[in-house]
Amino acid sequence: MSKLFTGAEIVFKCLEDQSVEFIFGYPGGAVLPIYDELKNHSSIKHILVRHEQGAGHAAEGYARSSGKPGVVLVTSGPGATNVVTALTDAYMDSVPLVCISGQVPTHLIGTDAFQECDTTGITRPCTKHNWLVKDIKDLSKVMHEAFRVATTGRPGPVLVDIPKDIQFAKSNYSKPKIEKKLNGKAMNKFSHNEIDQLIKLISKAKKPVVYTGGGVINSGPKASDTLKEFVRLIGFPITSTLQGLGAFPGDDNQFIGMLGMHGTYEANNAMHDCDLLINVGARFDDRITGKIDEFSPKSKKVHIDIDPSSINKIIKVDLAIVGDVNEVLKSVIKRINKRKNGLKTSNKQNISKWWEQIEKWRSKNSLGFINSEETIKPQHAVQRLYELTKNQDTYITTEVGQHQMWAAQHYKFNKPNRWMTSGGLGTMGYGLPAAVGVQIAHPDKLVIDIAGEASVLMTMQEMSTAVQYNLPIKIFVLNNQYMGMVRQWQELLHEKNYSESYSEALPDFVKLAEAYGCKGIKVNKPDELDSKIKEMIDYNGPVIFDCQVDPNENCFPMIPSGKPHNQMILGPNDEKDNKITGKGKTLV
Amino acid sequence: MPNPKSAYSIPTKAGKSDTHIIVVWVDNEAGVLARVVGLFSGRGYNIESLAVAEIDAIKNISRITIVTTGTPQVIDQIKLQLKKLVPVHKVADFKREDKKVIFKEMALLKIVGNKKKINYCLKSCKLFNPVILDKSNKSVVIQITALRREIDKMSKKLKSQGLVSTSRTGAIAMTRGSEIFK
Repeated sequence: MSKLFTGAEIVFKCLEDQSVEFIFGYPGGAVLPIYDELKNHSSIKHILVRHEQGAGHAAEGYARSSGKPGVVLVTSGPGATNVVTALTDAYMDSVPLVCISGQVPTHLIGTDAFQECDTTGITRPCTKHNWLVKDIKDLSKVMHEAFRVATTGRPGPVLVDIPKDIQFAKSNYSKPKIEKKLNGKAMNKFSHNEIDQLIKLISKAKKPVVYTGGGVINSGPKASDTLKEFVRLIGFPITSTLQGLGAFPGDDNQFIGMLGMHGTYEANNAMHDCDLLINVGARFDDRITGKIDEFSPKSKKVHIDIDPSSINKIIKVDLAIVGDVNEVLKSVIKRINKRKNGLKTSNKQNISKWWEQIEKWRSKNSLGFINSEETIKPQHAVQRLYELTKNQDTYITTEVGQHQMWAAQHYKFNKPNRWMTSGGLGTMGYGLPAAVGVQIAHPDKLVIDIAGEASVLMTMQEMSTAVQYNLPIKIFVLNNQYMGMVRQWQELLHEKNYSESYSEALPDFVKLAEAYGCKGIKVNKPDELDSKIKEMIDYNGPVIFDCQVDPNENCFPMIPSGKPHNQMILGPNDEKDNKITGKGKTLV
Repeated sequence: MPNPKSAYSIPTKAGKSDTHIIVVWVDNEAGVLARVVGLFSGRGYNIESLAVAEIDAIKNISRITIVTTGTPQVIDQIKLQLKKLVPVHKVADFKREDKKVIFKEMALLKIVGNKKKINYCLKSCKLFNPVILDKSNKSVVIQITALRREIDKMSKKLKSQGLVSTSRTGAIAMTRGSEIFK
């Protein structure tokens, strides 16, 4: 008979077999046996957070920046409910997480025991799958299955709920089955015929655009290389969603910027006027499409996605290719290169007029803003941060709001996995703990959270985590004293009734930084900005950077609600050219 | 009039809705019904009726039959979302009008009244394979199998004839001929 292990030992054996190096967690009564076992497994390091939501976001940052699944360990009841926000966030943005939660002993389940909650019930709609392990014999199988579900197909979070008596109970351990790659559901089912159809569309297109999303990032760094090869081969303009930034170099001439509600003028107009739209690993989110009826009305639409349920969910497409982005693009490239019918050159001629049009749009300089010598403009701050950090491999996380959009617009990403932001769920408080996770995965790299002062206060306690593990994360706070995006909407849509969007009593961020044992830097003059940013970068330790910016700045360009892509509001530069009059504003 | 102050786009015109019967094969494990039903409620799909029972005790497979209405796009989403659930093995769907598929509901009707009323009820049920499951001097329990609308009609008709209680299943479905659901 083989050796028997306790449930807690089995959990760690599974983690070891899945090559897990870090767990983000917080102990509590119902997971104590697992925490007790931690000391016997030196290859696994536990990162103690200050709130379970922080554990979840840190694991997301870890996963998104490293491509490996993030592992979270929390206790029953409040531990599990606190992690729900992070699980939902990961579900929306397709981040692979494995969350292990403790549960009250099986005989107490359903009795309203201390720190009991229906964890699997609560997390059912925000995980790909979850399990309540009621029999120790199932534990190793369930744990391996959890990693498989989280990381295959369209990635996402899973949860394994383990009652305390199961953690003590003993059973055999079974190793994970070695499975063929790309197994299970929703894999590469595309045919040569579909690829040929796509190539036909590509060769006929006169006004094409490639629209990429987070799927390219999730497909791995190789997918980004393949995408680059594909886009350079066909010479098409390429735009990206918020999540897809970095898959294609942001400073490349073929890249026409982010699209969507706060996307560039050229990207949104190209989406509207194109005759061929190739969606690669994006999901036609409502922040992207604007008014559905008038979304890209003249185009043939192609959708490449690993998740069949993403296809035709919002926008009906003419050609759907279900498969891993990298695999699909590789076979497209292969087939294009095989046919030596001069497609490469003739096609680029076909679209030269289209490029002229795009250059015209581009000349609008829709990301432009009126800079000031008196106050720091937030866009300027992000631009300076970019200029001063672009020479090193920098990882950026963000919170949610105006600063997030400015970061997306003005910080240029040239590599995948360098940009971590909460896109789908829009979770304020994501960036700081995510930066913790990113720094854990990349200890020697520069990790900056571009933050807003309102968002960052939601998970500020994780600074304590950063200090504990000597993580030199930089919290770059664009402090405008408002919930900026809320204020902007109120200005444009609610007659400047700034209801509850101003924070009257903000902490002194420098003192706050010092209280946590890290460095605080404050700047409010444009001419000091560069030197202070350099000071932040050069400091070997965590920094809170309080960048006091113009509180009334709005994030432009912007597609107003219910409007198609070609009816954008441009910034104040354009306002002078009569683009939006007072009347136009009330119509927003 | 759409609300112009929304941060979201206005709804587009919904297409024509059809009634579909969706058959789902699932692992018979704890919480699986909650997953399926939660998917419907969470995404705003409606359930007209639902029938579920284990059909293979060795492989632990249950068969869920759901009657739902939706536009073709919604029905497609329902199928694709169901297929993403881990315990779901396969999903079949067909329109209610589909001639190749049988679908039936069962109802138990309790009639309380005199002989005349009871006989009237039995006669009325004749077309729907009536089986008398229980009989006393003053009452009878009749089992009928029929289409949903037929049972609707019957229970309306028999209300005045002593029908005091109705219990009915959701619809279940089976293909005609030698074919099976794929």
